[in-house]
Amino acid sequence: MSVAAAFFYLFACVLVASAFMVIASRNPIHSVLFLILCFVNAAGLFILIGAEFLALILVVVYVGAVAVLFLFVVMMLDVDFVELRQGFLQYLPIGALVGMIFLAELVLVAGTWVAGPTVASVPQIAQAGTAALTNTQMLGRVLYTEYVYFFEAAGMVLLVAMIGAIVLTLRHKPNVKRQNISDQVARTAKTAIDVVKVKPGQGI
Amino acid sequence: MTWQDTLLKVAIIAGQSLALLVALLVFIAYILLADRKIWAAVQLRRGPNVVGPFGLLQSFADLLKFVLKEPVIPSGANKALFLLAPLVSCVLALAAWVVVPIADGWVIADLNVGILYIFAISSLGVYGVIMAGWASNSKYPFLAALRSAAQMVSYEVSIGFVIITVLMCAGSQNLSRIVEAQDGPLGLLNWYFLPLLPMFVIFFVSALAETNRPPFDLVEAESELVAGFMTEYGSTPYLLFMLGEYVAIMTMCAMGTILFLGGWLSPLPFPPFTWVPGIVWFVLKLCFMFFLFAMAKAMVPRYRYDQLMRLGWKVFLPISLVAVVVVAGVLHFTGTAPR
Repeated sequence: MSVAAAFFYLFACVLVASAFMVIASRNPIHSVLFLILCFVNAAGLFILIGAEFLALILVVVYVGAVAVLFLFVVMMLDVDFVELRQGFLQYLPIGALVGMIFLAELVLVAGTWVAGPTVASVPQIAQAGTAALTNTQMLGRVLYTEYVYFFEAAGMVLLVAMIGAIVLTLRHKPNVKRQNISDQVARTAKTAIDVVKVKPGQGI
Repeated sequence: MTWQDTLLKVAIIAGQSLALLVALLVFIAYILLADRKIWAAVQLRRGPNVVGPFGLLQSFADLLKFVLKEPVIPSGANKALFLLAPLVSCVLALAAWVVVPIADGWVIADLNVGILYIFAISSLGVYGVIMAGWASNSKYPFLAALRSAAQMVSYEVSIGFVIITVLMCAGSQNLSRIVEAQDGPLGLLNWYFLPLLPMFVIFFVSALAETNRPPFDLVEAESELVAGFMTEYGSTPYLLFMLGEYVAIMTMCAMGTILFLGGWLSPLPFPPFTWVPGIVWFVLKLCFMFFLFAMAKAMVPRYRYDQLMRLGWKVFLPISLVAVVVVAGVLHFTGTAPR
């Protein structure tokens, strides 16, 4: 068994085990931490197939930002574990249905990869030209030449989601005092202080 | 490849890693002392001067003191996570150094995506703080953890854009290639700090915020949060946090050196200076970057939390976003973009 195969089995086993622990552990914080372990092992698998850029982007985006926010939210919530356990059977059918749909879609995606002619040509597009291209350059080539409209559309979807979240939460309360930084910086000694000469015994 | 070859390769890498680790830790022992001495000098104090000549052994005395004390774990704490948190922050900080080229070819793992690796590892540093804050089961550490999560995620964004501008100029994500791209007949005028000066400033300030250094040390602001996420920690776990913090600071200094100050390159590219080995220049630049960090700590008052967020999201993010577009445009239209 080669070293790469040994590492593959190590990463794969830890990934499956930690994915199981995400749903099996009693404490939601532990679940999120196992999810992070899961992400890191998936990044390890990406590195083994030579997709180093994808692996590190997975760590930066999912582990470094998304999972932090998960952890953040789960910590703030006061979750009642006993109550959460009781609903398990009630949610089982819906969960199973979603799982089945997801599985079917994954099979379809894998099937298209084998059967679809355009998808199969993606590696050739990436490797067209010189052979000594790095991972990042190949990915850039595919994304910005062949799939540029899909890429832009995905960006627009994310932008719309972001604007939606801001619109939903933005509220201008009338009696809130706000800091205007440019006003504060523009203040000088002349405009800030009013010197009044008061004669003794008179007051202002 | 036979198993003897594999074993030999592993042994060589392990030896190199150990050598780098020992050198780095000894360097950090003196950097810690330098930090305290510089701080003291600004405030017209002497600083640590009792242990050894000029206090040179102070850090080692501190190490002994921390290791020999009893670690106290609060009864309400989540024991496993409480002890895992300092380990995570220290190990992750040290792991970043595997891709740092300290001289020409002196690097343990010459990754093609080295800069991305450092960025990924430093973005994981927040977990040590969050886990410590939550596992302590106490008010102040928890508040500090919430603050730190928001702060570190915010400033990562602008650091990411700054890195992208440098990558566009260098045309590679490999740290050694980035340094080589700054080599030229003009010496230090060829380095990226000059054409990308605004980016260097943003990088420096964001690095202060990312490593929780003053003036952005709201995570452990003693006037508001006792000692922040470290409140419940003592002895060796506390030592690991301090070590992780300083290693992360050195990583940021190394990144500034490599991205903007030409790494191991000599500032004046003619004989008397090019005879000096590259590692000397690298360490000198590292010390210069750290001196800037230490002076910022000594001179600048602590930011208020909403001002910190404003600076990150409303000032640095738009500027760095525009800078990415401007740099890309200039490189494209002047035809100076690397092939």
